[in-house]
Amino acid sequence: MVDATHGPDAHAAEFPDVELYHPRSWWTRYVFSQDAKVIAIQYASTALAIGMVALVLSWLMRMQLAFPGFLEFIDAAAYYQFITMHGMIMVIYLITALFLGGFGNYQIPLMLGARDMVFPYVNMLSYWTYLLAVLVLVASWFAPGGPTGAGWTLYPPQAILSNTPGQEAGIVLMLVSLILFVIGFTMGGLNYIVTVLQGRTRGMTLMRMPLTVWGIFVATVMAMLAFPALFVACVMMLFDKLLGTSFFMPAVAEMGVQLAHNGGSPILFQHLFWFFGHPEVYIVALPAFGIVSDLLATHARKNIFGYRMMVWAIVIIGALSFVVWAHHMYVSGMNPYFGFFFATTTLIIAVPTAIKVYNWVLTLWRGDIHLNPPMLFALAFIVTFVNGGLTGLFLGNVVVDVPLSDSMFVVAHFHMVMGVAQILVIFGAIYHWYPKITGRMLDNTLAHLHFWVTFVGAYLIFFPMHYLGLMGVPRRYFESGDISFQPPSAHELNVFITVMALTVGAAQLVFVFNLIWSIRHGKPAGGNPWRATTLEWQTPQTPPAHGNFGRELPVVYRWAYDYSVPGAPEDFIPQNQPGPTPPHHEGSE
Amino acid sequence: MVIAVVFVLIVVGSVVFHFLSPWWWTPIASNWGYIDNTIIITFWITGAVFSAVVLFAAYCVWRFRHKEGQKAAYEPENKRLENWLIGLTAVGVAAMLAPGLFVWAQFITVPAEATEAEVMGQQWQWAYRLPGADGKLGLSDTRLVSADNPYGINPDDPNGRDDVLIQADYLHLPIDKPVKILLRSIDTLHDFYVAEFRSKMDMIPGAVTYFWFTPTRTGQFEVLCAELCGIGHPYMRGGVVVDTQEDYDNWLAGQSTYAQLYAPEVLKTAGLD
Repeated sequence: MVDATHGPDAHAAEFPDVELYHPRSWWTRYVFSQDAKVIAIQYASTALAIGMVALVLSWLMRMQLAFPGFLEFIDAAAYYQFITMHGMIMVIYLITALFLGGFGNYQIPLMLGARDMVFPYVNMLSYWTYLLAVLVLVASWFAPGGPTGAGWTLYPPQAILSNTPGQEAGIVLMLVSLILFVIGFTMGGLNYIVTVLQGRTRGMTLMRMPLTVWGIFVATVMAMLAFPALFVACVMMLFDKLLGTSFFMPAVAEMGVQLAHNGGSPILFQHLFWFFGHPEVYIVALPAFGIVSDLLATHARKNIFGYRMMVWAIVIIGALSFVVWAHHMYVSGMNPYFGFFFATTTLIIAVPTAIKVYNWVLTLWRGDIHLNPPMLFALAFIVTFVNGGLTGLFLGNVVVDVPLSDSMFVVAHFHMVMGVAQILVIFGAIYHWYPKITGRMLDNTLAHLHFWVTFVGAYLIFFPMHYLGLMGVPRRYFESGDISFQPPSAHELNVFITVMALTVGAAQLVFVFNLIWSIRHGKPAGGNPWRATTLEWQTPQTPPAHGNFGRELPVVYRWAYDYSVPGAPEDFIPQNQPGPTPPHHEGSE
Repeated sequence: MVIAVVFVLIVVGSVVFHFLSPWWWTPIASNWGYIDNTIIITFWITGAVFSAVVLFAAYCVWRFRHKEGQKAAYEPENKRLENWLIGLTAVGVAAMLAPGLFVWAQFITVPAEATEAEVMGQQWQWAYRLPGADGKLGLSDTRLVSADNPYGINPDDPNGRDDVLIQADYLHLPIDKPVKILLRSIDTLHDFYVAEFRSKMDMIPGAVTYFWFTPTRTGQFEVLCAELCGIGHPYMRGGVVVDTQEDYDNWLAGQSTYAQLYAPEVLKTAGLD
């Protein structure tokens, strides 16, 4: 695509609007679209749709834990299929796809003042490959034996042995789906990286980029390095399953029968899986960090505190997250001396993470806080993320992990820190950008109802759950009522958690209704309802048209956080507004 | 505004829940009280940080909520404050990591006087093997597992013949004697976990893993599998009984060896009968 995003002699105004560049039919405009904004909506809609499946699965597994036998179709096999599919969908197909494929596609070109991603055709292929991956995943429900019940970590040998549900076809479809996901994501991810590096408009230096873009950018670089490990692990396990190789399969006597495998290493899979899996935690966390920074700054009418430190914290967290993976394997039977190294690196990563938390709350200090729905979600994120991050200091500190690993403490921890926290940001971001995407506001009353039930309910689900794990209740138990050391009151707690989970789940239906209803009936939003500085709010049309910025690309004169600048007539100065640089501005370049 | 109140309630509620809820760890039955202490240290530090951050956020939301004519301050950064916060965080992290690594060093250093006991996992049962009079476990291999040799013990290894086999029954251990638990699996991953001992380790087919502890309290404890191992995973239970030395010796005298159970002909040729 010939475009005019940089270089003084390639200024946009000197190009006529090229007719060929725009889609010419309904199909290329809305279905096989190469417009990053349409692709973003496709990604987000698909992710939310499959996410609803994961939500229903969580209801079913909670029903089993609180009222075993009440739903007769939930047997042990079905339960393990539910937990596996719930976990995989939430981590990969919902949160990763929504943050990077959804928000990445929508925000990167708009926030950087680009007309589109640099490789629009590849970007389109990325979505369709992702959709195929989702369909393959869904197909496993209809395959003989159903989807795999190996747990979302898919640990061999169990994942391909016959006492695991989905051993016939489910595991194969799962692995194929993950391989497709990685292929699709690589096409999108290359786009995001090259667009950030090459597609920024004039004046948009790296250190003027909004933190949303920084978070998505670093997360994408990490994904490019981490996903290949998952890819090869999936290919090797497929070979073990289909061709009888023994990458991960040692000699196995299964129910007295000797299998043909010999000499493979189950723990090799765990290293590959977590070499992907731990960076994955930050692949979904960094975009949330970035987005929440921008939500806080915009709605507190204050610059994000310590912008440069925030950028470097994102970069350092991204780098460190590649040397902490084996903290998921303290009790895996790996060489115990690894524990010293991985506990140290893991706790060091707490320092840059803590800096981010301090800077978020310091952004509130002496702000002008508007408690709009996006702000409420951003504040709720701080509570759940701090809570979940701190319990990570238990699990990361190798010897403390010994009694707690594989228990409900772990389940509570990761749901708080990379489930609830991330999803609160996703909601905040949707409330924040929906007016730009549709031109209409989401309904405020429904938003408040959704917020309060989701935030308080989710905290009440996961906070007490830690204490079941501290007691020693293992995770992934189809039935746990008869464990000897559990007092009867533990069952009452399980019932409480289930009731809260059903309630929080129901609140999501309010959100989905709001999303659909407001497309037609929401209040018209105008171009910049939150009076924000970043470029996506300065587009000539809302929703932005193809090409984003009309005939002339914006030129950037300042960083993304000129809120409440002393002496300025308004409490925000858009990035593309020329004028004197405020006093502290030079320090931020 | 409401959210500031809710934040305060979350902090107060969480602290009250922590101290008053009936759900807490099981009474310990091993030497790993150090692990419990490290958990307590971690609870204090993280609890203080959580309360401070959330209460500060609540104060800010209450104090700086939008009012007509209000304008936010303009302060992009404050190097001094940021450096202080980095320093304090580093100290807090070190205060948790140092005892953690210290205890980990003990956890992986098996005392020389520890006796060995092997736990073998398979879907979905536990079996145990003690080294017998010679104090040595015989070699084993998953490929040797058969109906006549459920443990896969190498029949040619003389060390294995007096190994004591405990199947479909509880493992007994003498109190106050350190024991090195050797872990082995013949099919998939399992994890030998007794909540009261505070320790666990995965078992990996094709490898032998270990951990050690000293039982400090007599009684009967439930063994759980803590690594997903197929649809029978939650039913993979067993038991460990911690005995006084006298009770233990009586129990041990009633157990059978590999040679007695599975290889009487080996016994004859070796002249041990």
